[in-house]
Amino acid sequence: MKHVAILQFPGTNCDLDTQYAFEKLSCTTDIIWHKETALPKNTDLVIVPGGFSYGDYLRSGAIAQFSPIMKAVIEYANKGGKVLGICNGFQVLTEVGLLPGALKRNIGLHFISKFQTLKVVNNTNDFLAKCSNNEVLNIPIAHADGNYYIDENGFKELEENEQILLRYSDEKGEPVVINGSVTSIAGVCNKTKNVFGLMPHPERALENILGSNDGVKMLEGLIA
Amino acid sequence: MTAIVNIFLKNGVLDPQGKAIHHALDAMNFEGVEDVRMGKQIVLKLTSDNKEDAMKEVEKMAEEILANTVIEDYSIELV
Repeated sequence: MKHVAILQFPGTNCDLDTQYAFEKLSCTTDIIWHKETALPKNTDLVIVPGGFSYGDYLRSGAIAQFSPIMKAVIEYANKGGKVLGICNGFQVLTEVGLLPGALKRNIGLHFISKFQTLKVVNNTNDFLAKCSNNEVLNIPIAHADGNYYIDENGFKELEENEQILLRYSDEKGEPVVINGSVTSIAGVCNKTKNVFGLMPHPERALENILGSNDGVKMLEGLIA
Repeated sequence: MTAIVNIFLKNGVLDPQGKAIHHALDAMNFEGVEDVRMGKQIVLKLTSDNKEDAMKEVEKMAEEILANTVIEDYSIELV
């Protein structure tokens, strides 16, 4: 049975949804308060969940990156441990430098909250291993700062190393502009493919009766 | 001593808030505005009275947390 450590900062609000998701997938979980300095020894996966850590003050994720627990997360990731950042968690992981690029204010300035179709770009990683390339998934998004930016050289590297995970798309998989992200990028991973970040919320897509269960196969890939 | 840190998105990085302000100014018939960039200003009251030390310290703060140098530039003024 896999053990999932879910971080909690002041202002995190997707910690319990994420816990529900992984318990539904038969994992054991711990919610780790940000003042902790160590992760549980049996941790198989760390989740930096969504929300508004520190009220998004300064920049989204900027202050959370210096919480005591993040040192342990960086060490864990550098040893090859799997880390997933969802929404605000993605912002925290870019701020702390575990993922390339940065997330800016949405191009239309609106907070966007809706179901969104996404195209799987690269499944050569644990997170999307259970999905097919070019498959279209339906996953909710809910963010104001999801406009992914990376410079040209950084973008080339992402493409060459198959680090682009997902793009906002229409139902046929054609990219669409949602928030101004470079080439509609919705999620990326690091070079060594053990740290993942995305703006959409797979933990909110677990049951068809609530609109989609496409989140299940994403999360399952990380605990396989 | 007071340090004033101005932070702006880098040139070439699209600034959606600046764009929105520009549109609003156009709609209000203010003419002659070529471009609008929106940033933030952080004012730090320092205990140090040595300019050189203060500058070094505030630069470090700007690099480490106040600005995200992937997308932002900063300038520091000591007064």
